[in-house]
Amino acid sequence: MNKIKTIILKEWAEVFKQRMVLFSVIFMPLLFTALPLIMLYATRSTGADGLTSEMPAQFNQICPEGLSGGECFQVFIVGQFLVLFLMLPLMIPVNIAAYSIVGEKTTHSLEPLLATPITTAELLSGKNLAAVIPAVLATWLGFIVYAIGARIMITNPVVFRALLDPMWLLAVIVVGPLMAVLSVNFSIMVSSRANDPRVAEQLSAVVILPVLALFFGQISGLFFINQRLIIVMALILLLIDALMIYLAVRLFQRETILTRWK
Amino acid sequence: MIKTTQLTKRFGDTLAVDQLNLEVQEGEVFGFLGPNGAGKTTTVRMLTSLIAPTGGSAVVNGYRVGQEDIHIRRTVGILTETPGMYDNLSAEYNLMVYANLYEVSNPAGQVEKYLRMLGLWERRFDEAGTFSKGMKQKLAIARALLHEPRILFLDEPTAALDPEAARLVRDFISELRREGRTIFLCTHNLDEADRLCDRIGVFKTRLLVVDTPDRLRSQLFGRKVVFHLRLADENFAQLVSELPFVRDAQVIDTKLLVTLDDPDTYNPEIVRKLVGAGADIQFVGELRHSLEDVYLRLVRNT
Repeated sequence: MNKIKTIILKEWAEVFKQRMVLFSVIFMPLLFTALPLIMLYATRSTGADGLTSEMPAQFNQICPEGLSGGECFQVFIVGQFLVLFLMLPLMIPVNIAAYSIVGEKTTHSLEPLLATPITTAELLSGKNLAAVIPAVLATWLGFIVYAIGARIMITNPVVFRALLDPMWLLAVIVVGPLMAVLSVNFSIMVSSRANDPRVAEQLSAVVILPVLALFFGQISGLFFINQRLIIVMALILLLIDALMIYLAVRLFQRETILTRWK
Repeated sequence: MIKTTQLTKRFGDTLAVDQLNLEVQEGEVFGFLGPNGAGKTTTVRMLTSLIAPTGGSAVVNGYRVGQEDIHIRRTVGILTETPGMYDNLSAEYNLMVYANLYEVSNPAGQVEKYLRMLGLWERRFDEAGTFSKGMKQKLAIARALLHEPRILFLDEPTAALDPEAARLVRDFISELRREGRTIFLCTHNLDEADRLCDRIGVFKTRLLVVDTPDRLRSQLFGRKVVFHLRLADENFAQLVSELPFVRDAQVIDTKLLVTLDDPDTYNPEIVRKLVGAGADIQFVGELRHSLEDVYLRLVRNT
């Protein structure tokens, strides 16, 4: 455990000196928290009581009873932006993890590191946690700020419950970390093969695409995120994460990394 | 301390190390010499369990390479070709990371000990990236020593250093030698190898020769003694060449150059003979071929 802790602290001490990483860990959660709050503020008095008929058909089914059209509109619009809280745990670790292996390669620090009695599992666990922990904490913190802001701005308890229902708590608390693990291991796999941190970062960003699809799918009314979808997502992510961890360890070939990389 | 038997490494079709048989004794400074691409770094990586051999076997510090790798890594120190420090972290933090990874019992104490020993204590809070090459190299040496390994692998420790920094590093290696550590030194600096190493091995994919620098010189070139005379005469050369242990003698300017196998034993007899013949000997010295001559002859002949 000590070695894992050492790697985590070392990674943090190092990567948080990179401006891009710091930017992604601080600015993105700020932005993604501000967006739903701004939408909440902006839709407080839209006078959109008659708008529900223009919403996707699925929305009419899930719009809680007792809400006016304007409140339903508010729940719908803000709900779109809550998907951003699923995007955060994917985006933040990409920046951190992309530097984790390629950064060691470019500074030639990987060889002395691999010469220590650290196992591949310990090394990758350290690098995984170093990227997952800030991503998850930043996401949770952002969501807490959003919840507090929503509580202050929303007077109708039904609207507040609709925006903070257990589905979103499940999404942020369970799916978020699973997404972060997926993102980190994908980045580590890419990072183990790439020679440039920027290339690794760009390639790793591909992992965000499924959540973007989710975002646009919901906005265009193709489907609507509900509790069942979140549970299915969590189960699928669990399986994908297990596969990703297995592949990341398999692809992290000490010898290949040391001898083929120049 | 180190024993390899037919140790071999292939990368696809490329043979990097061919059936290396080598023994390095405890407390010995062993110089591993060879041209670029000869397979020296590959050998060091195998012996430090960073990469696996494709044939043969090796035992380091009593542990078998490929089977007891964690134990090997725990008990050897390595100075890699490039220092590979974390440039954004302080010198002290860099070493603390490794002290923890090597599970050193008193990490802070060991870090302080080696930072002080290598003259970096005052700069301990500075980022490693601000250090000169020499300071980084010293920091990397400190890192290799934190866990007090009995065997130390040094890959080009003075490469790209200025003469002053190189000398500091060499002096420190001498200090380590006095402490009785076994040192496996890969270097291109033949003068350094000559000064530091008990034995050297010349390597070019396979081991060409292993011996002490002096014996290699003697085997390849014989030993030459120079007698500086006030007045040199061809007769002195003739006189000395009659001695049974002398292989050759010739006069060049005011010097009499004598080639023989064992000057330590026979020099007094030559001196007596010359003085008896009326030669005024100003001083006597040995003409040593450089290790570079030895190395170039061996490498060029392969």
